Amino acid sequence: MQNEQSSQTLSSGTVWLLLGIVVLLAVVPLLLHPESEFGGADGQAEEVITAINPDVEPWFEPLLEPPGGETESLLFALQAAIGAGVIGYFLGLKRGEARSVPRPTERDTKSPG
Amino acid sequence: MNVRRRFRWSQVGWGVPALLLLSVQTTWARPTEMHIMEGFLPPGWAIFWFVVAIPFWIIGFRQIAGLIAEKPETRLLLGVAGAFSFVLSALKIPSVTGSSSHPTGTGLGAILFGPFVMSVLGGIVLLFQALLLAHGGLTTLGANTVSMGIVGPLVAWGIWKGMQGKAPLWLTVFLAAAMANLLTYVMTSVQLALAYPDPIGGFAASFAEFATIFAITQIPLAVSEGILTVIIVNALMGTASNELRTLGVQGA
Repeated sequence: MQNEQSSQTLSSGTVWLLLGIVVLLAVVPLLLHPESEFGGADGQAEEVITAINPDVEPWFEPLLEPPGGETESLLFALQAAIGAGVIGYFLGLKRGEARSVPRPTERDTKSPG
Repeated sequence: MNVRRRFRWSQVGWGVPALLLLSVQTTWARPTEMHIMEGFLPPGWAIFWFVVAIPFWIIGFRQIAGLIAEKPETRLLLGVAGAFSFVLSALKIPSVTGSSSHPTGTGLGAILFGPFVMSVLGGIVLLFQALLLAHGGLTTLGANTVSMGIVGPLVAWGIWKGMQGKAPLWLTVFLAAAMANLLTYVMTSVQLALAYPDPIGGFAASFAEFATIFAITQIPLAVSEGILTVIIVNALMGTASNELRTLGVQGA
């Protein structure tokens, strides 16, 4: 069981490599388009809609709208922080539990005899 | 010029914090909507997509209630699946086309809990963004749930079930999450094209136009989403393999 599990999980080196790829995927576009502001793709969708049908008017307005970019980015950061907090709490909790429950460790299984 | 280049390269070194900061910065430049914008779907279509979404929500709520009653140890994992989608859909990441988009994070929940539960979790994420961020919308909540909370997770779940045991676990997880991301945006294009068919070319021409906006932007993000989901599944297998086994996740 222990062996089967470790064969399925990735080494920490692989995980760092994967994180590096994710960072590169985000950074390379910044180098490719030095003048772009990287607006969202659906701002463009809105343009296509109005090109197809110039009379389109939104028939419902958002109830609450962040007063500006600063508040909006605060809320986005908050959203990411809450989610990351929950994930971090869970992983930390499980790691702590695993440590406090005596389990056959690698040293035990490898011990001669 | 030289100074600017050095500044850019230093960003590479900052790694993940820089990624987060930059993706937030890009939203300052132009506040945009990632899902179908509030009020942009004609009322008939808005209602139609709610009618499609509501049965998924009902079954999903029942499954969550059953899960909490029968397997209370998986409650926290349910929170993690929701939280993963919460984090990822907050990250607007620059893409090769010079515009930004964000991952959906729905692949993980679909793999762990199936598409019905994920439709509820996705709906909650979308509701938060619609209410507080004016991102997506209440009238378009049904349509956005169908694309992000139902079609994406169905694709992820189908790939997960179909490839399990036939391919390495990481590859299965990667494809499930990446394809869920891509198909979410294909579905958004379908929804926009149905509501706004081209006066000459009809649905097909309109779909092609919407899809090309999203497609190229979305491919690198789908890869990112696939990789991030592989990393979180890997972390869960290392720390919570008991819960994963309870859920019947093979390979855990």
